[in-house]
Order: sequence, then structure tokens, then C-alpha cells
Amino acid sequence: MPENNKDNLYWKENIRILTILLSIWFVVSFLMSVIFVDQLDSIRIGGFKFGFWMAQQGSIYVYVILIFVYLKLMDRLDHKYHHDEKDILAQEQAEEDAEQAE
Amino acid sequence: MSLQVLTYITVGITFVVYIGIAIWSRASSTKEFYIAGAHVPPLANGLATAADWMSAASFISMAGIVSYMGRDGSVYLMGWTGGYVLLALMIAPYLRDFGKFTVPDFIGDRYYSQLARMVAVVCAIFVSFTYVAGQMRGVGVVFSRFLEVDINLGVLIGMGIVFFYAVLGGMKGITYTQVAQYCVLIFAYMVPAVFISIMMTGNIIPQLGFGAELTDAYGGGYLLDRLDGLHEELGFAAYTEGVRSSLDVLFITGALIMGTAGLPHVIIRFFTVPSVRAARKSAGYALLFIAILYTTAPAIAAFARTNLINTVNNAEYVSMPGWFTTWENTNLISFEDKNGDGLIQYVADEEINELTVDRDIIVLANPEIAQLPNWVIALVAAGGLAAALSTAAGLLLVISTSISHDLLKRNLMPDISEKQELLFARIAILFAVCVAGYFGINPPGFVAQVVAFAFGLAASSFFPAIVLGIFSTRMNKEGAISGMIAGIIFTATYIVYFKFINPAANTADNWWLGISPEGIGTLGMLINFAVALLVCKLTAEPPQEIKDMVLDIRVPGKPD
Repeated sequence: MPENNKDNLYWKENIRILTILLSIWFVVSFLMSVIFVDQLDSIRIGGFKFGFWMAQQGSIYVYVILIFVYLKLMDRLDHKYHHDEKDILAQEQAEEDAEQAE
Repeated sequence: MSLQVLTYITVGITFVVYIGIAIWSRASSTKEFYIAGAHVPPLANGLATAADWMSAASFISMAGIVSYMGRDGSVYLMGWTGGYVLLALMIAPYLRDFGKFTVPDFIGDRYYSQLARMVAVVCAIFVSFTYVAGQMRGVGVVFSRFLEVDINLGVLIGMGIVFFYAVLGGMKGITYTQVAQYCVLIFAYMVPAVFISIMMTGNIIPQLGFGAELTDAYGGGYLLDRLDGLHEELGFAAYTEGVRSSLDVLFITGALIMGTAGLPHVIIRFFTVPSVRAARKSAGYALLFIAILYTTAPAIAAFARTNLINTVNNAEYVSMPGWFTTWENTNLISFEDKNGDGLIQYVADEEINELTVDRDIIVLANPEIAQLPNWVIALVAAGGLAAALSTAAGLLLVISTSISHDLLKRNLMPDISEKQELLFARIAILFAVCVAGYFGINPPGFVAQVVAFAFGLAASSFFPAIVLGIFSTRMNKEGAISGMIAGIIFTATYIVYFKFINPAANTADNWWLGISPEGIGTLGMLINFAVALLVCKLTAEPPQEIKDMVLDIRVPGKPD
């Protein structure tokens, strides 16, 4: 099926996006907030030691941003491969019309 | 108007709203009962998921736990938010594309096995029951603290309310009441937080006040520096430094994060939206709304702790402010003048320490500390109830659908009609409410530990099975089932041993690699992955139509 290759490519790009975003997630959650937190504490931002802030608040901000970035990137990917909702609906409409024409 | 009456009225109004929503959103089909017809808009679903997630513990106890643990409290702050990234990126869109009703549905179909389905059902019911026992108790506790209603009566009232809107509306009723409950709980949480932040740092945004300088009335200087200083003076470890081993912190955070992404009552929330894109979006909204509370909690923790120490340290007992006495009457704060000098010594050294503080005080006493009017206190009561009821409802629905859909319709009684299935679902909710209420009235002594158990099990059983099911077409039923069983047995044995069989041995010296029972779920998860991949290599590939199904859910399909 010709779709197979397209779907394969779509999935590969999907995985690429996930790998990048989840790496950031991992670094923020486990490296910055736990393993290297004491070292990061030597950086001060206002009233915060950076490591401490990352562990208690900063990581949560990053999580929210990561999900919305993911949403944006996936919208673009879906659009590129014609998987956005209006494209899917349009395609189905076209298929229905084709069937009716027969 | 007395505080009591005000609290009754406020709570009463919220209950009327929930009941009204329940009547408006009656479910008339299994699709509506299980997944709200898949018509919930992403924004509403985000609000509902946030309320579902934040329980009485998040609302009342978490800030207190963080204030007690200092930097180590980050295991809960990150642990209970980080999982949403995993959900959004690795689970929700694909399960939504799969398009069925429950998590055991996915496990049973993906692994083409009734045995897999049953393992999933047992896990889902166990995890949800352990979790819900604590919630009903929480409802009773809020009733008794704020409304001076006997705890057990409070549990019964809570049961009645949840039963009403869950039976009538199923997931639909639950979702829209959760939206209302989020509004109540976030308002109730933020109002005292904002006012305390203004009072102590002049900053109207508590998250920023966290890193701000104290006002002159409080002695100036950065809040966190002052808190560190006070801690060290009294013999406690510095607030902004941790005491737990890094490895244990890593594993606990991991178990909580992976557990979050494996909890059935959270995952099913993403079945209720119309499309794959809506699933991604609602995960983002959910975390945004959760983050509003979770980024405020550490701020409240620091404010309240600083304020507490400032107020009591070496001060005269007789000149304590009003809030101190109020909460002393409920035994959340108690003073024992060991050296008879009339002054309060609050220090780390157990011999000398004269003050015992229950951690729940941190949130409960906030409105009085900030000298807020009575209606704010009434609001906190309503908020605590909203948090407990919303979480309880989500859990009860999982139990009910596991019984009526996964156990009966898809396994033991496949020929029942839709009307019959709907009836069974409603009966199952009644049964689940009664059992949950029973545990609320007779709480097993280990309620708090049992929630950690639930996360450990979710992390070691569901999370790997679901992720492998989506990201590997090769994973077969033998691998998945062995992995799940290995993960569960390992995690359960470790936790049961240290928490129930031999609690005296529950110290860091006896733990494997220094990992506590709260963190063992991460290791259980790794074991699940390892066993699953190994067994999978040694056994037959899954049938082609299953592989096709996996390829299919990786591509967004037609929205509902």
C-alpha cells in the first residue's frame, strides 16, 4: 500500500519530536533537579537558588511548556502529512462523493 | 453570621450546583456513561482532569508535606506533575485513536488475550480501591473539621452526593461536576495564598513571592534565605537543602511520575474528547490547571513555615495569636512546656522540642494567619470537599467500568444488551460507593502508605504494558503478561514486606540500593520492561492484524 511508506515517515518524525522533548524532560526532572541540584544552587536568581527553584517550581513550568510545544509541533506534522482534522474530513467527503458517483 | 453557618451555606451551594449539573447531564447510553459520548471539549476536559487529579491530599496536605521536607518535597511536586508530559506525548493521543472505553480494553485487545484483560482489570480495581479509600476518609475529615459533623456522617453525606451524580450521569455527570469542582478548589486555594504573599512579601503573585524579599514588617531579606537561617538556628537542616539520598529521590520521583502515567482514572479522561488532537490539547490544559496549584504550593509551604517559626520561636505561650489557639483546640498544634519557662521552644532536637505541629495546619490555618474574613475559611472547606469528591468520582467510575464493561461485557457475559450493561454499570457504582464508604468509615491504618502502593503498582504494571503496546509492534501477549506479572509481584512484595509485614525493618540500611518502598515502583517498572522484552524475543510474533492495529493508532484518524 502506498500509504505505508508515508505512515512510516510520519511515525519517524513523530518519534524524533518525542525524543527531543522527552530528553529535555529528563534533563530537567532528573539531572537538573536531583543529580546536579547542589551544583546548580551556586547560581542565584533573585531570591532563589537555581537548583532548588528548578526542583520545586521551574521543572513544572517546563513541563507545561513542553506539552504546548508538542502540540504545536504535532499540528505542523499533521498538516504536512494531511492528517489534520479538516483534511481527514475533506478526504472522507471526497471518498463518499467518489462512491456515490459510481 | 457565624463561621459555622457560613460554611454550611457555602458547602450547601456547591452541592446544589453539583446536583444540578448531574440532572442536566444524565447519561443514556454506555458511550455516554463510560466516556461522556467523547464530546467533552479540550478546555473542559483539562479542568475536569485537573480536579480529578488533585485530591484532598493535594489540597490540604501537600503544602504541609513540602514545608516539612524542604527541598526534598520536590519528589511530590515533580512526581505528581511530570507524568502529564508522558501522558501527553506517549499515551493519550494513541489511546484516544484506539477509541475504546477503558484501559483494560486496550490491554485486552492489543495483547489479544482475555488473560491480559483480566490482569489489567484486577490491577485497575485494586489500584483504584486503594486510592479511593483515602478520598472518602478525606471527605469525612473535612466535614468534621469545618462543619463539626461527625466524621462518619460526613463520609455518608459525601457518598450520597457522589453516588447521585455518578449514577445519573456516569462519566458525563462526573466530568462536568469536576469542572465546577476545579473552579471551587482553585479559588479556595489561591485566595489565602495571594493574601499571605501580599502580607509577607508585598507580591500579589504567590509563585513570585516565593523568591521575593520579605516586607519590613517581617524583617526584610529574601524569604528563602531567612527560612534557611531560621532552620539552621533551630537545628533543622537548611530548608533549601535536601537530606535524602539522591538515588532515593530519583527513584521516588520516577515511581510517582511513571505511576501517574499509568493510573487508569487519569488515562480514561483522555477517552472523553472528540479527537486525537483534542487529547493532546486537553493534556496541556490539564497540566496548566494543575500547575496553577502546584507552583503555588511550595510558596505557601515556605510562607507558612517562616511565619510559624517567626511567631512561636522563643515567644511567650500566653501571647500566641488567635489562630494558634483555634487550631490548638483541634489538636493540630500542641505545646508541652518541658522546661517550664512559659516560652515555646520549637527545635529539631526531640528532647528539647516542645511544639508538635500537624502538617495540615499549613493550608488550614492560612486564612486565619492572613486575617482573612470568614467566607474565605468557608471557601477552603468547600474547596477541600470539591477536591476529595472529584477524585473519588473518577476512581469510582474506573471501578464501575472495570466491572460492567471489562469483566462482564467483554469477558463473562458478552451477550448482554447495551441497556443491561448500562444497568450493571450503575449497580457497580453503587457497590463501589458502598465499599469506598466502608473504608472511609473504617480506614485501614495504612491509608497514606497505600496510595504510594497504588503509584508503585501503576508504574510497574500499566505504564510499561501501554507504552510497549504503542511503540513496539513486536511486543506480544506472552511478553506483556509476563512483564506485568513480574513487575507487580516484585513491587508488591517489596512494599508489603517493608510496610506491613516487617515495618520495624523499614529503614535506609535495609533497603535494596537504598531505595525506599515509595521508590521501588521505578525498579519494578524496569523489571517489567526487561522481562517483557526478553520473553517477547523468545516467543511468537503477534498476529498481523494486531500489528496493523498498532500502526493504525499511530496515525490520527477520523475525529468523532
